[in-house]
Amino acid sequence: MSLKGKDILGMRDLTEEEIVDILDSADSFKEISEREIKKVPALRGRTIINLFLEPSTRTRTSFEIAGKRLSADVINISGSGSSLAKGETLMDTARNLEAMRPDILVLRHSGPGAPHMIAKLLKSSVINAGDGAHEHPSQALLDLLTIRQNKKELKGLKVAIVGDISHSRVARSNILAMNTLGMKVTVVGPPTMIPVEIEKLGVSVEYNLERAIRDVDVILMLRIQLERQESLLFSSLREYSNLYGLTSEKLKKAPSDVLIIHPGPVNRGVEISPDVMDGPHSLILDQVTNGVAVRMALMYLLLGANLETNN
Amino acid sequence: MKLIIKNGRVIDPANGLDGLHDVLIDKGKIAAVAKPGGLSGEESGAKILEADGKVVAPGFVDMHVHFREPGYEYKETIQSGCESAAAGGFTTVAVMPNTDPINDNRSVTELIQNVAQAKGAVNVLVIGAITTGLKGTKLAEMTDMREAGAIAFSDDGKPVMDSEMMRRAFEYSRLFDVPLIQHSEILELTSGGCMNEGAVSTELGLKGMPTEAEDIMVYRDIALLERTGGRLHVAHISSAGAVDLVRMAKAKGLPVTCEAAPHHFTLTDEAVRGFDTNAKMSPPLRALKDVHAIKEGLKDSTIDIIATDHAPHDVVGKEVEFDKACFGIIGLETALPLTLRLVDDKTITLRQAVEKLTSRPAEIFNLDCGSLSVGANADAVIFDPEAEYVFDMSHIKSKSKNSPFLGWKMKGKILHTLVRGKTVFKAEI
Repeated sequence: MSLKGKDILGMRDLTEEEIVDILDSADSFKEISEREIKKVPALRGRTIINLFLEPSTRTRTSFEIAGKRLSADVINISGSGSSLAKGETLMDTARNLEAMRPDILVLRHSGPGAPHMIAKLLKSSVINAGDGAHEHPSQALLDLLTIRQNKKELKGLKVAIVGDISHSRVARSNILAMNTLGMKVTVVGPPTMIPVEIEKLGVSVEYNLERAIRDVDVILMLRIQLERQESLLFSSLREYSNLYGLTSEKLKKAPSDVLIIHPGPVNRGVEISPDVMDGPHSLILDQVTNGVAVRMALMYLLLGANLETNN
Repeated sequence: MKLIIKNGRVIDPANGLDGLHDVLIDKGKIAAVAKPGGLSGEESGAKILEADGKVVAPGFVDMHVHFREPGYEYKETIQSGCESAAAGGFTTVAVMPNTDPINDNRSVTELIQNVAQAKGAVNVLVIGAITTGLKGTKLAEMTDMREAGAIAFSDDGKPVMDSEMMRRAFEYSRLFDVPLIQHSEILELTSGGCMNEGAVSTELGLKGMPTEAEDIMVYRDIALLERTGGRLHVAHISSAGAVDLVRMAKAKGLPVTCEAAPHHFTLTDEAVRGFDTNAKMSPPLRALKDVHAIKEGLKDSTIDIIATDHAPHDVVGKEVEFDKACFGIIGLETALPLTLRLVDDKTITLRQAVEKLTSRPAEIFNLDCGSLSVGANADAVIFDPEAEYVFDMSHIKSKSKNSPFLGWKMKGKILHTLVRGKTVFKAEI
C-alpha cells in the first residue's frame, strides 16, 4: 500500500481509496502509541524536517512524535529561529534544507499555496501542515478517523461545520474530504464568515445553529479568532457566543448520539461551553490521540513506496 | 534610402484601407500607398520587403506599460522595454509614472524622454502623475508636465481614492484637455486581496478582490465627470459591471473611454489554481461572465482599445508565496497572438483588432501615430496572422519573464517592426 503522489498537499488531491487506506493504516498505527515502548523501526534512517512558520503546539508536537515513534530523525525549525527571519526567501530556505537530503518536509505556513510551490521545487515529499486559510489535510484525516471510530460508516453522515468558515483551512479540507466520501456538509456561521459561492464546493449554508444541528451526526466546531472582531466579522464575543456558541441548551436540539469535534485550541466558553466540551459527546482529546496515528500513517505511506522498491 | 513593402494585405483603419497594397517609405515617412505593382516606377534603388500573405499595419500603440526606469532597472529599463515593444509589433508606448522617483514633475518627465530618445528603439510617450507622489492628497504640476510632453495623467496602481481630490483633478485637467487614466479600485474593498473574489478564491483560501471594488469607482468617476467636464479613460477594465457602466456613460455622450488587457479577455481566475504567481495581477483575473462581458465590450466598441499593462517583475518579486508576490505580468510580446484569438473566435474582425491597437488609441490621446497616411512617420508592422509557434523564454526580450503564457501555443507572429522606416525588430526565421 502506498500513495500515488509524492506529497500530501490537500484533500482535493486524494481519492476515496487513498483516504480509506490512510485511515486503515492509522487505525493499525494507533496501537503503537498504547505500548510501553512506543517505537517501531519502520522509518529508521529517514529524516523528517518540521518547518513551522506559524505558531503551533498541537500539530507540530503531533508530527514530531509521529516521526519519532517510527524511528525517523526529526528536526524542528520555527519561523523566528530560521534564516527566513534574516530575510531568506521560503524557496531558498527549502532549497537549502533539501540540500541536506531530508525525506519529508512538513510545512506550516500562513500563505495559501506555499507548500505547493515548495513541493514543485523539491524531490523530497512535502506534507502540508496548514497553509493559511487553504488546507490542513492531516487535520481532516484525523477528524475522519475520529468520526469513523464512533460511527459504523462515513458515507451518508451529516456534518455541520460551525464558525469562521472564511478563514478556516480545517473547514476547507474537511469539506473536500467529506464530499469525496459521500458525506453531507452544512456550513454554519454569520454571513460575514461564510465565503462567497461556497455552495459551489458542494455544501449547504445555514445561519441558525439550532436549526442546522437538528439532524446531524457530527458537529465540527471551529475556533473563533478573537482578532477577527477588528476586521468587522462580528460585533462582540458575547453576541457571537449567544448565536453560535455550542451550549448544552442548544445541544438538546441535536440527536442524542451526535458527535462533537473541534480542531483546537478551544476558546472555552466562547464557541463551546465548558460542560459540552467535557461532556459525553465531545471527542476533542480522541482527536489529538488520533492525530499522531494519522501522521504516522502519512509518513509511512509516503515513504513506503520507496521502501518496497529499495528492498 | 527608399523601401517598398510589397504585396501585403494593408490594414490601415485610419484611412479605411483593407486590401492588397504596396507601401513606399522614403526618408522615414510613408511616401505612397498603391495597388500592387503601382509603385514599380519607384523600385530601382529601393529595398524591397516582400509581404505576400502577410498583414501590413501601422505600428501598434500601447497606452499602458511600465518600463521601471528610473528606479527599478533590474526589472526593466527603457531600452529593454522598447526592445520588448518592438518584438511585439509596438512602435509607440506610453509609460506609467510609478517609477522611483515618481514621474510627478517636469524633471522626471524630461529625464524619461531623454533616456528614451537616446536608447529607445520605439517612441516612448510619458504619462505623468495626477497627484504628487501618487499619494492622492495634492495635485501634481500637470500643466508643467503637459508642456514638457506628458500625453495623459494617471496615478496608476494607486487609484485616486479621495472623491474630492478626483473631482478637482477632473476640473483642473480642463486646462490641458488630456484624459485622466484611472486604475479603478476602491481599496477598502480589496485590502489584503490577491485574486478575484469568487468560487476559486473561496476554495483556495486566498483573500478576494470583489468586482464591486472596480464597479463602484468607475461609477464614481463617471458621476464626477458629468459635473466637472474633462475626460476619463478607464485603465484595464476587468469586470462586467464596469463594462456596463462605460457603455451607459457613452450612451449619454460622456467623454469616457476604456481599455482592456489581453490577459483579461484570455484567462479567468481558474488560472490561479496551482498558485502560479504569474496569474496574479491587479485588477485580478475575473470570472467567465466578466470575460464574456469584456469580449462583448470589445465587439460593440464600448471598449475602445487594447493595452497590455506590461508590468515586468523579476524572480524576487514573483518566486515567492502567492499572497506575497507582486501584481502584474509582462504583455507586449503576447498581445498580438492573444488578440488574434478574438478574431479566430469571431468576437472581432481583424480590422477591428488593428484599429484597437493603432488608430483608436491615437485618436483618444490625440497622438501623431497609428496610421499609414502619406506623410506620416513610417511606423509599421508586418505580421503573419497564421504562423504558429510555442511561446517560450527564448522569445522574451523583456528583462523580466513573468508571463502566464509561457508554453502556450500561439498563432500570429510579428515578422518586422519599423520605426520611421528603420527596422527595430526582425523575426528570426
